[in-house]
Amino acid sequence: MKDFVNAFKFMGDNLDLLVNKTVEHLELSGAAIAVALVIALPIGLWLGHLHRGSFVAINAANVGRALPSLAIIAIGLGILGIGFVNVMVALVVLAVPPILTNAYLGVDQVDRDTVSAAEGMGMRPWQVFTRVELPISLPLVFTGIRTSAVYVVATATLAAIAGGGGLGDIIVNQASYKLAGVIAAAIWVAVLALLVDAAFGLLQRAVTPRGLRRAAEVSDAPPPDEGAAAPLVAGRPVPGIE
Amino acid sequence: MIASLSHSLITAQTVIPKFGHADDCVRQNRTFCWGWFSDHWDDVFQPALLDHIKLTLIAVVVGFAISIACAIFAYERGWFERPFSVFAGVLYTIPSLALFQLLVPVTGLTELTVEVALVSYTLLILFRNTLTGLREVPEDARDAARGMGLTARQMLWRVEVPLAVPAIIAGVRVATVTVISLATVAAFVVDEGLGAPIFAALQSSFNTEFIAAGALAVLLALLADALLVGFQRLVTPWARAGGTR
Repeated sequence: MKDFVNAFKFMGDNLDLLVNKTVEHLELSGAAIAVALVIALPIGLWLGHLHRGSFVAINAANVGRALPSLAIIAIGLGILGIGFVNVMVALVVLAVPPILTNAYLGVDQVDRDTVSAAEGMGMRPWQVFTRVELPISLPLVFTGIRTSAVYVVATATLAAIAGGGGLGDIIVNQASYKLAGVIAAAIWVAVLALLVDAAFGLLQRAVTPRGLRRAAEVSDAPPPDEGAAAPLVAGRPVPGIE
Repeated sequence: MIASLSHSLITAQTVIPKFGHADDCVRQNRTFCWGWFSDHWDDVFQPALLDHIKLTLIAVVVGFAISIACAIFAYERGWFERPFSVFAGVLYTIPSLALFQLLVPVTGLTELTVEVALVSYTLLILFRNTLTGLREVPEDARDAARGMGLTARQMLWRVEVPLAVPAIIAGVRVATVTVISLATVAAFVVDEGLGAPIFAALQSSFNTEFIAAGALAVLLALLADALLVGFQRLVTPWARAGGTR
């Protein structure tokens, strides 16, 4: 118990340090998620629109989840050495699969009748995509982004061993910061992950079209919280998962 | 004295502490040295791999027991789902490195710390998958069971649980792979598992050790995933017969 009391004392004494490291942590995470979004969103959404490549899109999440984050960073250390590039590569590799899979599933699973109706109204393929498929798929797409974001914030902690900076710097450096500092940073990063999860949860709710929001409350669909693309993809029988 | 020292330096083959008699590849720290890897398979990688498998098995088995019990309880008493989901969800979200460190003051630098953290990451996945599996049992199957005169307990174990097996194993798959991934981080707490060589390599930035341990962890995860898929097909032959997938 004394260790935790000391940890809070550490927080009070070193607020500047913790805030600086948090900013560093969020910058690194934000950059990795941004790169992953640029890579994964267009591919996932477009494949979903075409209803092609389900094997690749769905298995991306399964393989991606199987990749141990520390192992990716370690392999990166062997090949790329210590530094920003290695950390970014590792974080992007881990962030892409959930975004890709959920973007694909979101668009792919839009009710075919709805799409037919839109086509019947004379919409062009691009209009069908932007006005029908995209809004309807947004909640699921955001589930993927949320999963990735939480995952990246967690993994960015490990990135400290590869010179990535952030709150992990304090956790892996007990020699300098003592146990109090390590525990303070651990509490800090745990709260940060929960906050990021909650923030994306609110964002997800905000982007869900009003009609779907009611439908989601009425139907018995598993709540989209805890983001894990994992239960979503592997838990529910998705056609063609294996 | 100095002469003999310099003499021995010249005649002896370069000895790098921990790496033994080093060949060129190791001395220049090239990307990957097969020789060093195979020399140290027995004393570094094999024990680490076995420890890793042991850590994973214990965590998945314990997590499985807790989650199944809680899921069946929540299936029978609906109110239990929400609090347990929130509890497991919070645990699942906490970064592994942080959770390990937060447990150290409570349970010390022990295997117990590692297992408590690893088990806590399996709960959400296994609980949710089991509960979803139980709830998706077709009402017709339940009606038939009732019609045959099965008691509630018989119905649970002979009808509902078997029909939920695919969902449960899907959960075990995810949980196992997740635990294999997180068990590498356990090396921050105890000197076990494939994380241990990774941390050892950090002291010297020795590329071969990084890559070998990292690659073994990735291979172990992929292999475990593939084995569980095979197991799932084996125990649920009816899923294949349906031809739905």
